[in-house]
Amino acid sequence: MSTEKEILKVEHIYKKFEDLSVLEDISLTVHEGEIIVIVGPSGCGKSTFLRCLNGLEETSEGHIFLDGEAVNPLSKNITAIRQKIGMVFQSYDLFPHKTILENVIMAPVLVQKRKKDEVKAEALKLLERVGLSSKINNFPRQLSGGQKQRVAIVRALIMHPEVLLFDEVTAALDPEMVREVLDVMLDLAKQKRTMLIVTHEMAFARAVADRVIFLDGGHIVEDSDPKQFFDSPRTERARKFLSTFEFEEK
Amino acid sequence: MFDQKTIEMLLIGIKDTLYMTIVSTFFGYVLGLPFGIVLNVTRKKGLHPNRVIYGIGDFVCNIVRSIPFLILLILLIPFTRFVVGKSYGSTATIVPLVICSAPYIARVVESSLNEVDEGVIEAAKAMGAGTWQIIFKVLLVEARVSLFTGAVITTGLLLGYSAMSGTVGGGGLGDIAVRYGYYRWQADIMIVTVVLLIIIFQVIQNVGMHFSTRIDHRKK
Repeated sequence: MSTEKEILKVEHIYKKFEDLSVLEDISLTVHEGEIIVIVGPSGCGKSTFLRCLNGLEETSEGHIFLDGEAVNPLSKNITAIRQKIGMVFQSYDLFPHKTILENVIMAPVLVQKRKKDEVKAEALKLLERVGLSSKINNFPRQLSGGQKQRVAIVRALIMHPEVLLFDEVTAALDPEMVREVLDVMLDLAKQKRTMLIVTHEMAFARAVADRVIFLDGGHIVEDSDPKQFFDSPRTERARKFLSTFEFEEK
Repeated sequence: MFDQKTIEMLLIGIKDTLYMTIVSTFFGYVLGLPFGIVLNVTRKKGLHPNRVIYGIGDFVCNIVRSIPFLILLILLIPFTRFVVGKSYGSTATIVPLVICSAPYIARVVESSLNEVDEGVIEAAKAMGAGTWQIIFKVLLVEARVSLFTGAVITTGLLLGYSAMSGTVGGGGLGDIAVRYGYYRWQADIMIVTVVLLIIIFQVIQNVGMHFSTRIDHRKK
């Protein structure tokens, strides 16, 4: 992986919410095509970390670079940088008053000033790929959670981002809908997309990750390949965390 | 029951009342809508929090809203004269109606925009949308049902206020009610004007609510 181009570089970031320290000295380099899965107990700073990467959250200290450009929510070019980082949220956050097609084409047309016809054609292709061609004229409320989340992924993809961020995208879904969303993400993994995925789906993490990062208490506790992490975690904390996903038979 | 002259007077009264209500609602929104957007954007959790701008806007809003309309009507007479050249009649009434409704509308708009799901705004931000794009393509679009309902309520309020201006020669149905009902003790005419006001109000409210459900895509 290290021969690949560096896309995202995080240097010693800290994040504090008033007195509460959420991230402490996080550094990370992401290469092109790399899939990084971030796991950890709730409240460990996973979501905050992702939100710092596209400037939705301001870091208290440290630097983040995308393609060598600093990510700073207060700078003028933040909107240009955010276009290169797609983000999918746990709560889908589709626009309730826009149809599925309108949801998908809004940003490329409005923000990237691309031609509507071209964007529409691409939207239809992408929506077909995730099995939602028949829903283009529906409104979000008419879709299931899994369908909404697939639309949200398409909405991020159509911007042609260099990096995709997934923030617990299956956490709000019913179990039978988790799979359909994960399948879309597996498909993206096969296309060698650069992705940072926060998830609690350990089997999925193991299958898809090039690297697993275990965050706890705002620190990177482990940064290893999935086999190593899941089979023989180096730290006691990771071992304890992983054991919460296991059940002994009676 | 009424002679031709009285009926004509009532018809003109209806026309004047509608004129005052609609025009003042329109200009009230011309001032109040941007004002409300500024309040929403500069509030603590807004797109561009700014304590000074929000503080001033908030203060102005509260001051104007705390002055009873009837008193504002009298206070503003010199200003009204300056704007329309006279201080009585339905056109003159529009001035205080607009001044009085703008901060009210600003509040209504602000609270409608505050209701827009933060996650949706964040999603737009994450896609690289700028502040203006978020205001016009996300906030105003997603808050449209609430904005529209607010406009219906405001129109109803201004209908009532326009009638109140009858006490100082404002014109319209309120003026007729005051002149005939209060000064001449002609209860029948007063009752008719009240009934007419009720009917106009009902029409505005029901038509408004009908349209607001039609533009709502959030629920069945």
